[in-house]
Amino acid sequence: MRLKIPANFRIIRVPCTGKVDLIHILRAFEKGADGVYVVGCMEGDCHYNEGNFRARKRIEQAAKILDKVGVGGERVKMYNLSSGEGPLFAQYSIEMDAKIKELGPSPIRVAKQKQKKDAA
Amino acid sequence: MIIVKKKPIEEIIEEVRDFGRILILGCNECVTVCEAGGKKEVEILASALRMYFIARGNEKVIEEKTLERQCDHEYLEEIRKNIDDYDAIVSLACGVGVQFTAEKYLTTPLIPGVNTVCLGANEDRGLWTERCQACGSCILARTGGICPVSRCAKRVMNGPCGGSTNGKCEISKDVDCAWQLIVDRLKALNKLDDYEKLAPVKDWSTDRAGGPRTVTREDVKI
Repeated sequence: MRLKIPANFRIIRVPCTGKVDLIHILRAFEKGADGVYVVGCMEGDCHYNEGNFRARKRIEQAAKILDKVGVGGERVKMYNLSSGEGPLFAQYSIEMDAKIKELGPSPIRVAKQKQKKDAA
Repeated sequence: MIIVKKKPIEEIIEEVRDFGRILILGCNECVTVCEAGGKKEVEILASALRMYFIARGNEKVIEEKTLERQCDHEYLEEIRKNIDDYDAIVSLACGVGVQFTAEKYLTTPLIPGVNTVCLGANEDRGLWTERCQACGSCILARTGGICPVSRCAKRVMNGPCGGSTNGKCEISKDVDCAWQLIVDRLKALNKLDDYEKLAPVKDWSTDRAGGPRTVTREDVKI
Protein backbone atom coordinates (compact mmCIF):
# COMPACT_ATOMS: atom_id res chain seq x y z
CA MET A 1 0.00 0.00 0.00
CA ARG A 2 2.93 2.29 0.84
CA LEU A 3 0.73 5.07 2.17
CA LYS A 4 2.29 8.28 3.39
CA ILE A 5 1.74 9.10 7.04
CA PRO A 6 3.30 11.84 9.17
CA ALA A 7 6.65 10.79 10.62
CA ASN A 8 6.33 12.79 13.84
CA PHE A 9 4.47 10.27 15.97
CA ARG A 10 5.45 7.07 17.59
CA ILE A 11 3.36 3.92 17.32
CA ILE A 12 3.07 1.89 20.50
CA ARG A 13 1.58 -1.50 19.82
CA VAL A 14 -0.75 -3.05 22.37
CA PRO A 15 -2.57 -6.40 22.17
CA CYS A 16 -5.91 -4.59 22.50
CA THR A 17 -6.86 -0.97 23.21
CA GLY A 18 -8.36 -2.32 26.44
CA LYS A 19 -4.74 -2.60 27.61
CA VAL A 20 -4.30 1.18 27.39
CA ASP A 21 -4.75 2.62 30.84
CA LEU A 22 -5.41 6.20 31.83
CA ILE A 23 -1.97 6.52 33.37
CA HIS A 24 -0.27 5.51 30.07
CA ILE A 25 -1.93 8.46 28.35
CA LEU A 26 -1.15 10.88 31.18
CA ARG A 27 2.48 9.77 31.32
CA ALA A 28 2.88 10.44 27.61
CA PHE A 29 1.74 14.03 28.20
CA GLU A 30 3.88 14.33 31.30
CA LYS A 31 6.88 13.37 29.21
CA GLY A 32 6.05 16.10 26.75
CA ALA A 33 3.86 14.52 24.08
CA ASP A 34 1.74 17.05 22.19
CA GLY A 35 -1.06 14.62 21.50
CA VAL A 36 -2.08 11.01 21.91
CA TYR A 37 -4.49 9.06 19.78
CA VAL A 38 -5.64 5.55 20.34
CA VAL A 39 -6.72 3.45 17.38
CA GLY A 40 -8.90 0.50 18.22
CA CYS A 41 -11.10 -2.00 16.43
CA MET A 42 -14.61 -1.11 15.38
CA GLU A 43 -17.01 -0.94 18.29
CA GLY A 44 -18.71 -4.29 18.66
CA ASP A 45 -15.84 -6.08 16.92
CA CYS A 46 -13.49 -6.40 19.88
CA HIS A 47 -11.99 -9.86 20.30
CA TYR A 48 -12.10 -9.28 24.04
CA ASN A 49 -15.68 -8.01 23.73
CA GLU A 50 -15.29 -4.68 25.47
CA GLY A 51 -11.61 -3.71 25.17
CA ASN A 52 -12.28 -0.77 22.87
CA PHE A 53 -15.20 0.40 25.00
CA ARG A 54 -12.92 0.46 28.02
CA ALA A 55 -10.37 2.44 25.97
CA ARG A 56 -13.03 4.95 24.94
CA LYS A 57 -14.00 5.54 28.57
CA ARG A 58 -10.37 6.02 29.55
CA ILE A 59 -9.79 8.47 26.72
CA GLU A 60 -12.79 10.45 27.97
CA GLN A 61 -11.37 10.42 31.49
CA ALA A 62 -7.95 11.50 30.20
CA ALA A 63 -9.51 14.37 28.25
CA LYS A 64 -11.31 15.58 31.37
CA ILE A 65 -8.13 15.49 33.46
CA LEU A 66 -6.08 17.19 30.73
CA ASP A 67 -8.67 19.95 30.54
CA LYS A 68 -8.48 20.48 34.28
CA VAL A 69 -4.69 20.64 34.44
CA GLY A 70 -4.51 23.08 31.55
CA VAL A 71 -3.05 20.79 28.89
CA GLY A 72 -6.28 20.53 26.90
CA GLY A 73 -8.56 17.54 26.46
CA GLU A 74 -8.69 18.00 22.69
CA ARG A 75 -5.13 16.65 22.48
CA VAL A 76 -6.33 13.11 23.06
CA LYS A 77 -8.64 11.20 20.73
CA MET A 78 -9.91 7.72 20.02
CA TYR A 79 -10.38 6.35 16.53
CA ASN A 80 -11.94 3.07 15.46
CA LEU A 81 -11.21 1.12 12.30
CA SER A 82 -10.92 -2.46 11.15
CA SER A 83 -7.54 -4.08 10.57
CA GLY A 84 -8.10 -3.99 6.80
CA GLU A 85 -8.43 -0.23 6.67
CA GLY A 86 -4.86 0.95 6.14
CA PRO A 87 -5.88 4.06 4.18
CA LEU A 88 -8.20 5.09 7.00
CA PHE A 89 -5.34 4.71 9.49
CA ALA A 90 -3.24 7.00 7.29
CA GLN A 91 -6.11 9.47 7.06
CA TYR A 92 -6.61 9.52 10.85
CA SER A 93 -2.88 10.02 11.38
CA ILE A 94 -2.87 12.99 9.01
CA GLU A 95 -6.01 14.37 10.66
CA MET A 96 -4.53 14.08 14.14
CA ASP A 97 -1.21 15.54 13.01
CA ALA A 98 -3.00 18.55 11.52
CA LYS A 99 -5.08 19.04 14.62
CA ILE A 100 -2.09 18.94 16.97
CA LYS A 101 -0.13 21.32 14.73
CA GLU A 102 -3.06 23.69 14.90
CA LEU A 103 -3.11 23.45 18.70
CA GLY A 104 0.65 24.00 18.92
CA PRO A 105 3.06 22.42 21.39
CA SER A 106 1.77 21.11 24.70
CA PRO A 107 2.18 23.54 27.64
CA ILE A 108 4.15 20.82 29.43
CA ARG A 109 6.71 20.67 26.64
CA VAL A 110 6.94 24.45 26.49
CA ALA A 111 7.47 24.66 30.26
CA LYS A 112 10.09 21.89 30.19
CA GLN A 113 12.02 23.56 27.39
CA LYS A 114 11.91 26.84 29.27
CA GLN A 115 13.22 25.09 32.36
CA LYS A 116 16.13 23.64 30.37
CA LYS A 117 16.92 27.01 28.85
CA ASP A 118 16.86 28.71 32.23
CA ALA A 119 19.13 26.06 33.70
CA ALA A 120 21.65 26.39 30.84
CA MET B 1 -16.36 -2.08 52.23
CA ILE B 2 -15.99 1.65 52.79
CA ILE B 3 -17.14 3.51 49.70
CA VAL B 4 -15.38 6.72 48.77
CA LYS B 5 -15.61 9.18 45.93
CA LYS B 6 -12.72 11.07 44.36
CA LYS B 7 -12.58 14.73 45.20
CA PRO B 8 -12.53 17.06 42.19
CA ILE B 9 -8.94 17.65 41.14
CA GLU B 10 -9.43 21.44 41.33
CA GLU B 11 -10.16 21.12 45.04
CA ILE B 12 -6.96 19.15 45.63
CA ILE B 13 -4.93 21.62 43.56
CA GLU B 14 -6.17 24.47 45.77
CA GLU B 15 -5.23 22.59 48.93
CA VAL B 16 -1.69 21.68 47.84
CA ARG B 17 -0.84 24.93 46.07
CA ASP B 18 1.37 26.23 48.88
CA PHE B 19 3.40 23.09 49.43
CA GLY B 20 6.59 22.22 47.57
CA ARG B 21 7.09 18.55 48.36
CA ILE B 22 3.98 16.42 48.39
CA LEU B 23 3.36 12.72 48.97
CA ILE B 24 0.27 11.15 47.43
CA LEU B 25 -0.57 8.29 49.74
CA GLY B 26 -2.91 5.53 48.60
CA CYS B 27 -4.44 2.62 50.45
CA ASN B 28 -4.65 -0.94 49.22
CA GLU B 29 -7.96 -1.83 50.81
CA CYS B 30 -11.52 -0.57 50.26
CA VAL B 31 -10.55 2.53 48.30
CA THR B 32 -8.63 0.38 45.82
CA VAL B 33 -11.69 -1.81 45.25
CA CYS B 34 -13.95 1.20 44.71
CA GLU B 35 -11.39 2.62 42.27
CA ALA B 36 -10.81 5.92 44.00
CA GLY B 37 -7.71 5.68 46.16
CA GLY B 38 -5.54 2.73 45.17
CA LYS B 39 -2.17 2.59 43.43
CA LYS B 40 -3.69 3.45 40.04
CA GLU B 41 -5.53 6.49 41.32
CA VAL B 42 -2.39 7.62 43.18
CA GLU B 43 -0.45 7.49 39.90
CA ILE B 44 -3.17 9.39 38.04
CA LEU B 45 -3.53 12.12 40.65
CA ALA B 46 0.25 12.52 41.01
CA SER B 47 0.66 12.76 37.24
CA ALA B 48 -2.16 15.30 36.92
CA LEU B 49 -0.79 17.47 39.73
CA ARG B 50 2.74 17.35 38.32
CA MET B 51 1.43 18.44 34.92
CA TYR B 52 -0.67 21.22 36.42
CA PHE B 53 2.26 22.75 38.28
CA ILE B 54 4.87 22.21 35.54
CA ALA B 55 2.61 23.92 33.01
CA ARG B 56 2.52 26.95 35.33
CA GLY B 57 6.29 27.02 35.81
CA ASN B 58 5.94 25.98 39.43
CA GLU B 59 7.35 22.47 39.47
CA LYS B 60 6.83 20.55 42.70
CA VAL B 61 8.20 17.30 44.05
CA ILE B 62 5.20 14.98 43.96
CA GLU B 63 5.86 11.40 44.99
CA GLU B 64 3.65 8.33 45.19
CA LYS B 65 3.23 5.59 47.72
CA THR B 66 0.46 3.11 48.41
CA LEU B 67 0.27 1.38 51.76
CA GLU B 68 -1.38 -1.94 52.49
CA ARG B 69 -3.69 -0.08 54.90
CA GLN B 70 -3.76 3.37 56.42
CA CYS B 71 -5.82 2.26 59.40
CA ASP B 72 -3.07 0.14 60.97
CA HIS B 73 0.05 1.22 62.83
CA GLU B 74 2.37 -1.29 61.22
CA TYR B 75 1.76 -0.16 57.63
CA LEU B 76 1.78 3.54 58.49
CA GLU B 77 5.22 3.07 60.04
CA GLU B 78 6.55 2.36 56.53
CA ILE B 79 6.61 6.08 55.74
CA ARG B 80 8.15 7.24 59.03
CA LYS B 81 11.71 7.31 57.73
CA ASN B 82 10.74 9.52 54.75
CA ILE B 83 8.08 11.66 56.38
CA ASP B 84 10.40 14.67 56.73
CA ASP B 85 10.93 14.69 52.96
CA TYR B 86 7.43 16.06 52.47
CA ASP B 87 5.67 19.32 53.30
CA ALA B 88 2.23 17.71 53.00
CA ILE B 89 0.50 14.39 52.39
CA VAL B 90 -2.55 13.92 50.19
CA SER B 91 -4.19 10.77 51.48
CA LEU B 92 -6.53 8.88 49.20
CA ALA B 93 -7.69 6.62 52.02
CA CYS B 94 -11.12 6.86 53.65
CA GLY B 95 -11.68 9.28 56.53
CA VAL B 96 -10.34 6.66 58.92
CA GLY B 97 -7.03 6.36 57.09
CA VAL B 98 -6.63 10.12 56.75
CA GLN B 99 -7.19 10.67 60.46
CA PHE B 100 -5.00 7.81 61.56
CA THR B 101 -2.17 9.09 59.37
CA ALA B 102 -2.67 12.61 60.76
CA GLU B 103 -2.58 11.32 64.33
CA LYS B 104 0.65 9.50 63.66
CA TYR B 105 2.50 12.30 61.88
CA LEU B 106 1.57 15.33 63.93
CA THR B 107 3.67 17.92 62.16
CA THR B 108 2.85 17.03 58.55
CA PRO B 109 -0.30 18.62 57.09
CA LEU B 110 -2.72 16.04 55.73
CA ILE B 111 -5.14 16.63 52.89
CA PRO B 112 -7.93 14.20 52.06
CA GLY B 113 -8.11 13.31 48.37
CA VAL B 114 -11.46 11.54 48.55
CA ASN B 115 -14.87 12.01 50.15
CA THR B 116 -15.88 9.05 52.30
CA VAL B 117 -19.46 8.18 51.43
CA CYS B 118 -20.75 5.04 53.11
CA LEU B 119 -20.43 1.33 53.85
CA GLY B 120 -21.62 -0.40 50.74
CA ALA B 121 -21.28 -3.00 48.05
CA ASN B 122 -20.19 -3.01 44.43
CA GLU B 123 -23.61 -3.63 42.94
CA ASP B 124 -22.55 -3.31 39.33
CA ARG B 125 -19.59 -2.05 37.31
CA GLY B 126 -19.27 1.59 38.35
CA LEU B 127 -22.13 1.41 40.85
CA TRP B 128 -21.67 1.30 44.62
CA THR B 129 -24.63 1.32 46.95
CA GLU B 130 -25.08 1.68 50.68
CA ARG B 131 -25.81 -1.41 52.75
CA CYS B 132 -24.87 -0.62 56.34
CA GLN B 133 -24.81 2.38 58.67
CA ALA B 134 -22.85 0.70 61.44
CA CYS B 135 -25.67 1.20 63.96
CA GLY B 136 -23.95 -1.18 66.34
CA SER B 137 -26.77 -3.68 66.92
CA CYS B 138 -27.60 -5.75 63.89
CA ILE B 139 -31.21 -6.77 63.27
CA LEU B 140 -30.69 -8.42 59.87
CA ALA B 141 -31.73 -11.82 61.26
CA ARG B 142 -35.25 -10.49 61.72
CA THR B 143 -35.51 -8.55 58.48
CA GLY B 144 -34.66 -11.19 55.92
CA GLY B 145 -31.09 -9.96 55.57
CA ILE B 146 -32.18 -6.54 54.31
CA CYS B 147 -31.36 -3.57 56.48
CA PRO B 148 -34.12 -1.05 57.20
CA VAL B 149 -31.63 1.21 59.01
CA SER B 150 -29.47 1.86 55.96
CA ARG B 151 -31.93 1.22 53.16
CA CYS B 152 -35.15 2.78 54.45
CA ALA B 153 -35.07 6.58 54.29
CA LYS B 154 -37.05 6.77 57.54
CA ARG B 155 -35.26 3.90 59.28
CA VAL B 156 -38.71 2.41 59.94
CA MET B 157 -38.55 -0.72 62.08
CA ASN B 158 -42.06 -1.97 61.28
CA GLY B 159 -42.62 -1.01 57.69
CA PRO B 160 -43.43 -0.21 55.06
CA CYS B 161 -44.74 3.29 55.60
CA GLY B 162 -47.42 4.93 53.49
CA GLY B 163 -44.85 6.27 51.05
CA SER B 164 -44.15 2.88 49.50
CA THR B 165 -45.54 2.62 45.96
CA ASN B 166 -44.97 -0.28 43.57
CA GLY B 167 -41.91 -1.32 45.54
CA LYS B 168 -40.32 2.12 45.38
CA CYS B 169 -39.70 4.71 48.07
CA GLU B 170 -41.43 8.07 48.01
CA ILE B 171 -38.10 9.92 48.09
CA SER B 172 -37.27 8.74 44.56
CA LYS B 173 -38.60 6.32 42.02
CA ASP B 174 -35.05 4.93 41.73
CA VAL B 175 -34.87 3.92 45.39
CA ASP B 176 -36.26 0.54 46.34
CA CYS B 177 -38.56 0.42 49.34
CA ALA B 178 -36.49 -1.53 51.88
CA TRP B 179 -39.63 -2.95 53.45
CA GLN B 180 -40.91 -4.20 50.11
CA LEU B 181 -37.57 -5.99 49.71
CA ILE B 182 -37.88 -7.38 53.25
CA VAL B 183 -41.41 -8.70 52.60
CA ASP B 184 -40.31 -10.24 49.28
CA ARG B 185 -37.34 -11.92 50.92
CA LEU B 186 -39.35 -13.22 53.88
CA LYS B 187 -41.83 -14.63 51.39
CA ALA B 188 -39.02 -16.37 49.51
CA LEU B 189 -37.73 -17.77 52.81
CA ASN B 190 -41.23 -18.93 53.69
CA LYS B 191 -40.99 -16.90 56.86
CA LEU B 192 -43.76 -14.38 56.28
CA ASP B 193 -45.09 -15.18 59.75
CA ASP B 194 -42.05 -13.32 61.10
CA TYR B 195 -43.31 -10.18 59.40
CA GLU B 196 -46.33 -10.23 61.71
CA LYS B 197 -44.11 -9.97 64.79
CA LEU B 198 -43.69 -6.40 65.98
CA ALA B 199 -40.08 -5.32 66.20
CA PRO B 200 -39.16 -4.08 69.68
CA VAL B 201 -37.90 -0.52 70.15
CA LYS B 202 -34.38 -0.50 68.73
CA ASP B 203 -31.49 0.20 71.04
CA TRP B 204 -29.92 3.28 69.45
CA SER B 205 -27.37 3.74 72.22
CA THR B 206 -24.93 1.73 70.10
CA ASP B 207 -25.44 4.10 67.19
CA ARG B 208 -23.52 7.34 66.63
CA ALA B 209 -25.81 9.21 69.06
CA GLY B 210 -23.82 7.85 72.00
CA GLY B 211 -20.65 9.62 70.80
CA PRO B 212 -17.59 8.02 69.18
CA ARG B 213 -17.68 4.26 69.57
CA THR B 214 -14.94 1.87 70.50
CA VAL B 215 -14.56 -1.89 70.54
CA THR B 216 -12.37 -3.26 73.30
CA ARG B 217 -11.41 -6.91 73.28
CA GLU B 218 -9.57 -7.97 76.40
CA ASP B 219 -9.20 -11.48 74.94
CA VAL B 220 -6.95 -10.31 72.13
CA LYS B 221 -5.08 -7.59 73.98
CA ILE B 222 -1.45 -8.30 74.78
